[in-house]
Amino acid sequence: MTEPTIFEMSSPGRRAIKMPAVDVPEVPLPKGFERQNLAFPEISELGVVRHFTRLSQLNYSIDTGFYPLGSCTMKYNPKINEATARIPGFGHTHPLQPEDTVQGNLYLMYHLQKMLAEIGGFAGATLQPAAGAQGELVGALMIKKYHQDRGDFQRLRMLIPDSAHGTNPATSAMVGFEIVPLPTDPRGNVDLEALKSLVDDRLAGLMLTNPNTLGLFDENVEEVIKIVHQAGGLVYGDGANMNAILGVAQPGKIGFDVLHYNIHKTFSTPHGGGGPGSGPVVVAERLLDYLPDPVVDIIEEGDEENPPLYGFVTPSKTIGRIKSFHGHFGLLVRAYTYISMLGAEGLRDIAEKAVLNANYLQEKLKGTYTLPYDRSCMHEFVLEGFWEDVPEIHALDIAKRLIDYGLHPPTNYFPLIVKEALMIEPTETESIETLDRFAEVMLKIAEEARTQPELLKNAPHHAPIKRADELKAAKDLVLCCYPMGLGQD
Amino acid sequence: MFTPHTQKDVEVMLKSIGIEKIEDLFTEIPEKFRYPKLNLAPRLTEMEAAMELESIASANGSTKDLLSFLGAGAYDHYIPAIIDNILQRGEWYTSYTPYQPEISQGTLQAIFEFQSLICQLTGMDVCNASHYDGATAAAEAMILADSHFRGKRNKFLVSRAVNPQYRAVMRTYFQTHDDVHILGDEPETGIETDLQKLIDQIDNDTALVLVQYPDFFGRIVDYKPLIDAAHAHGTLVAVATNPTALGILTPPGELGADIVIGEGQPLGIPLSFGGPYLGYFAVTNDLLRKIAGRLVGETQDVDGNLAYVLTLTAREQHIRRGKATSNICSNQGLMTLAATIYMTVLGKEGFKEVSNLCYQKAHFAAEQVGQVEGFTLAFPETPFFHEFVVKSEKPVADVLEWLRDHDILGGYDLGQDYPELKGHLMIAVTEKISREDIEYLVAVLEEEYHD
Amino acid sequence: MKYPQDLKYQKTDEWVKIVDGVAIIGITDYAQDALSDVVYVEFEIDPDDEVSFGDSIGTIESVKAAAEVHFPVSGTVLEVNEDIVDAPETLNKSPYEDGWLVKVQVTDESELDDLMDAEAYEAYCKDR
Repeated sequence: MTEPTIFEMSSPGRRAIKMPAVDVPEVPLPKGFERQNLAFPEISELGVVRHFTRLSQLNYSIDTGFYPLGSCTMKYNPKINEATARIPGFGHTHPLQPEDTVQGNLYLMYHLQKMLAEIGGFAGATLQPAAGAQGELVGALMIKKYHQDRGDFQRLRMLIPDSAHGTNPATSAMVGFEIVPLPTDPRGNVDLEALKSLVDDRLAGLMLTNPNTLGLFDENVEEVIKIVHQAGGLVYGDGANMNAILGVAQPGKIGFDVLHYNIHKTFSTPHGGGGPGSGPVVVAERLLDYLPDPVVDIIEEGDEENPPLYGFVTPSKTIGRIKSFHGHFGLLVRAYTYISMLGAEGLRDIAEKAVLNANYLQEKLKGTYTLPYDRSCMHEFVLEGFWEDVPEIHALDIAKRLIDYGLHPPTNYFPLIVKEALMIEPTETESIETLDRFAEVMLKIAEEARTQPELLKNAPHHAPIKRADELKAAKDLVLCCYPMGLGQD
Repeated sequence: MFTPHTQKDVEVMLKSIGIEKIEDLFTEIPEKFRYPKLNLAPRLTEMEAAMELESIASANGSTKDLLSFLGAGAYDHYIPAIIDNILQRGEWYTSYTPYQPEISQGTLQAIFEFQSLICQLTGMDVCNASHYDGATAAAEAMILADSHFRGKRNKFLVSRAVNPQYRAVMRTYFQTHDDVHILGDEPETGIETDLQKLIDQIDNDTALVLVQYPDFFGRIVDYKPLIDAAHAHGTLVAVATNPTALGILTPPGELGADIVIGEGQPLGIPLSFGGPYLGYFAVTNDLLRKIAGRLVGETQDVDGNLAYVLTLTAREQHIRRGKATSNICSNQGLMTLAATIYMTVLGKEGFKEVSNLCYQKAHFAAEQVGQVEGFTLAFPETPFFHEFVVKSEKPVADVLEWLRDHDILGGYDLGQDYPELKGHLMIAVTEKISREDIEYLVAVLEEEYHD
Repeated sequence: MKYPQDLKYQKTDEWVKIVDGVAIIGITDYAQDALSDVVYVEFEIDPDDEVSFGDSIGTIESVKAAAEVHFPVSGTVLEVNEDIVDAPETLNKSPYEDGWLVKVQVTDESELDDLMDAEAYEAYCKDR
């Protein structure tokens, strides 16, 4: 099932969108800079529509099916968000408009900052980071600057659990921290003894995901934070798993100093085939002055007659600007809409149902699949996609076989500390019928592994393509289609 | 309202797990932290939320009701209806990152086409699946150069005529690297288009030179001598480029640029108060292995059918972890699709038409505005694309206020970023601006001066 | 799985052999098998660099993994095997011969005494 590329569909002289004629006297193009050739495709409008519509039909999506992807929180993307994000008064505002012409936008951002701070139990927020990874960068930069301002230039060690998402060490390396791995104990908690032995006056901080990537709430989290704080370090929270504790716990109150949210996970903004994301960061009091430039604040208080005047301000010890303009505003409108519709009780309902769904599935699957950390989970859990008696079957094969049943595979091979990991996060928007079906299929596949293993090894059989040759892709690199007539390779 | 559980469903599930009530699932959370009271406004129904958001938006003035000449890094172009129509398909916007290629060929092929179009546009060999925006793409260009020389070269030259936000973000990203020095944009260097001052600073310790094309002030500058001088020292050159301009201007790839980056917002992406936008990042084959972010490659499946996959993934954070050159995980996904459709539906001729319209209208506007008493063109001899700078006798703030009273967003006050350009206003003109709009602007300015 | 007798080994899966004061270094058969098909080799050192035990030689990338390689000795880099950058599969086919990574002029040959011999390394691999 191959859809030709736009270059293959092209035919010289074909037009889709035409622009009006030039309505001013024309002047020549700058001498020496005239472009000679632009080999863009030439396709009719219907051709373009069919091409991108047919391509879309090759995609799996939340709107079509279940995505039990651990750590991604593939919940339903409410359509009302799409409507509010498209209100012309939002979409047609230029980021550099005078502040008094965008009081609506500033109002929304100010209140979203407050909502996100409140949900996490923090003092303030920045909405600027473009993604979770950028949020982490902001957090790491703030922590480094905090220590430097206090003269603690030796505080360069960042503790990172071995179960952490790859962005955690990558971010720490970017900022020049020394990455110190922190082991996980058999219960799935941070190893307390190891932690105690690793803290000293060179400690910058700890990057902690809680609940962690095993889907477990650290049973000693208070103690962990206390140890780090007593040693003079700060605690960064990777908030990717906030879905498990919305309205149930506030990381800021437990002691985290800074946390990033993944708006595209917890707050329902769409994944868009890989992005855009948005990673607002919330901070405790002592880091407020370090937030990126700018944040939104009230410039002039209002009264009975006039609303407050909102504007951008530069925090006094800011780490600086982290991206152009103000952040992914289009996603912030969606998040604001979502949180407004949920309120405190709706948020708590999300966490409760997310955790209920995960435990329900865990219970159904743990007899047939090995559950390395057998305790009550939060919003996700990790199974081993491996059985001693059929060693030729790997997590990858189970994943690919799920596709044949019209289901998206769970997260594979992460976290690294579980061999042949299958990380499953159902989210709160899935019904019991969907969960039952998923469990049924997983049990069937376990059976097939023993009776008809080739069904797994050669899966998927019913997908737009069969298993792709990733080795060939890496060795015979083709990263671009060259238009006909350009004579490349 | 987005959770489908009935009372009965919950009972069945609790029984299956073997617990009494949902609260029993949260016993690991220390009691004193459990179930805090969140101080949030009471929840709204969809209808109420829709109305509240409409009300908030109504407090804004936008380019729908104001005639806008604002540019400075984000441009108000016409967005063909087909783009949002396709983007609103659930299969596009509710799908995940294409880690399972068998069920994401749509996303993968669209990114592959994006990569191809950008390579064509910029004259480069390889392009990634996007960065967050132009400013962070510039920071990533620095990261690439730093890694390319394995930290042995510590000087990074950047022209003062590069977007101030890009330069600020580059400095934020590198603030913890004590050995790295970003130079070349000090106020004393000035903003002349003569690049000799910049060229004179290139030496064997220079990892990268970064310039903008057209530059922040809209000017078109010949970078070939700079690129040649840089290469003579083994230095890499990155050119931050406006994609619309490349419809009619020579692409930087043909001038020898090693890295071409830029803000892709002009390619069918709404202004949306600054985001989400689209950073594009293209390099020569020599730098392919150093590129950050996702890459889509062509391959085959086990039956020999053409297939697309994410490739060279071992460069990325989820595998390299602490040794990845960048921590980037997500790309701009849906925005790359918008840009791909934009470039495709305009096609070869349409894209050139848009570019030419911007160029011609801007030149007409410059000529007309330059004739208004009290306003002179700041760079009358220098070629420009769709943005130009005028020196105003009256304070720019006053001029802008006057224009605002006539429902015009007059442009960008350069004095806020460049002290030496106090009293200078930058005006951008896109294909959406009509001749009548320009004549109206001129009429209002003329009226203003006689006030 | 091969464990040539005339080589010394590290737990991090590098092998080294000294010939006339020059150490030749590579990765073991066990390592290339674990990585599976190598697609890229990225060196972090150049000839004439002074290196110490434990410094990074570079990274070896396969489709799904990336492994760092470290110096098992100290000295001055003499030669880097540029050929394997164009033909990375050589590391899989011939990890002990054509797949060598780097040659170093050793400052202190006794550093090798701390490394494992073939028997010890093989036993270590069997237990992993």
